[in-house]
Amino acid sequence: MSLAQRVGAGSATRRWLGLAGAAAVWVAAYELNVHLWDWLVFDVAGLDPESRLGSGVHFFVYDSVKIGLLLTGIIFVVTVLRSFMSVERTRALLGGKREGVGNVMAAGLGVVTPFCSCSAVPAFIGFVAAGVPIGVTMSFLIASPMVNEVAIALLLGLFGIGPTLLYIGAGLLVAIVGGMVLGRVRAERWVEPFVFETRLRGQVLDSTLGLSWADRFQMGREEVGSILRKIWPYLLVGIGLGAVIHGWAPQDLFARYAGAGNPLAVPVAVLLGVPLYSNAAGILPLVEALHDKGLPMGTLLAFMMAVVALSLPEMILLRRVLKPRLIATFIAVVAAGILAVGYLFNAVLA
Amino acid sequence: MNIKILGSGCANCVNLERVTREAVAELGLDAEFEKVTEYADIASYGIMRTPGLVVDDEVLLSGRVPTAAQVRELLAPRAPVA
Repeated sequence: MSLAQRVGAGSATRRWLGLAGAAAVWVAAYELNVHLWDWLVFDVAGLDPESRLGSGVHFFVYDSVKIGLLLTGIIFVVTVLRSFMSVERTRALLGGKREGVGNVMAAGLGVVTPFCSCSAVPAFIGFVAAGVPIGVTMSFLIASPMVNEVAIALLLGLFGIGPTLLYIGAGLLVAIVGGMVLGRVRAERWVEPFVFETRLRGQVLDSTLGLSWADRFQMGREEVGSILRKIWPYLLVGIGLGAVIHGWAPQDLFARYAGAGNPLAVPVAVLLGVPLYSNAAGILPLVEALHDKGLPMGTLLAFMMAVVALSLPEMILLRRVLKPRLIATFIAVVAAGILAVGYLFNAVLA
Repeated sequence: MNIKILGSGCANCVNLERVTREAVAELGLDAEFEKVTEYADIASYGIMRTPGLVVDDEVLLSGRVPTAAQVRELLAPRAPVA
């Protein structure tokens, strides 16, 4: 074995050992979190667990750490797994697919492909120029922000596996059906003409070719850092609001006005969610607190989907390639889908 | 050598230009920089994730910001033999 090979093998072993060590520390921190804050908030600081201040403060610190840990772990794992997929490969898979099958595939690929809505415009042009139908492209663009790793991490941690799977299933359904509807309205009329005139030249570079495990781990670490840097203010505001609701709002306040008995609760939740621009990180602590206060899951999931799937900045970006008519239709179709999901879950889970 | 930075003015494009300029300076290359910000032009290179690095009309990188050392590796084979 040459020296270079031995050094390479040694650093690979160290890398996997480092990963295992980090995983062990993560599990220990996650397990100890609640005991640590029970002790600090209730025993050391002497706050009463039954008091508003005590339960509010405990909710805030415990949830901040728990959500931080969940995000770190899940973003890292998802980024490493996703480094085996690329937008280029997704486009190749979708090229020449018919509507129907294409929409289902596009929604699924929207979940697993590494993608940021800041790249929605070049991806839209790239897909359409490669012959992917508009409706299929839309399924991808709807699923991608809605079913993302941040939402999954938080849902899993705050509500458990059942509501998480429901959310993923509902998100895929909205993306599939929404894309199929948008494919039927002859949306081509409302796409800026230059998109169809774009000719692809040269060799398309697959950005994931030749990545080593070291590169993938590096990408995972960088992604954790960049997402946490971006979302921490939303997260703290969301958890803070959640803590206030948790500690101070009367138990039946929200349930009385927005509970399962009020058929208008779902549309109001969607209407409130569309102009609110936040991400899953800011909205989920709030959703958790409202759920504790008795709001039904369907209404809350509809609210969350409206906030994350329909964002004003993304619409402004998409205006570069889509005419206002199509943007309005896009919002209407997705909002209608979310509305249906909200009513369905309220009916099923009641 | 003609170097194009593809992207619509996001933070990543600025970072990509910075590390590329570093790499060019270290290699002592003679390069002109160009910014491509129009979506139609960006997409015509087949790039679907910004930022993108194009050298002499060939896409070398897209979708992530490399380190200056990585850019140096990409550019080194293209340095003219003095």
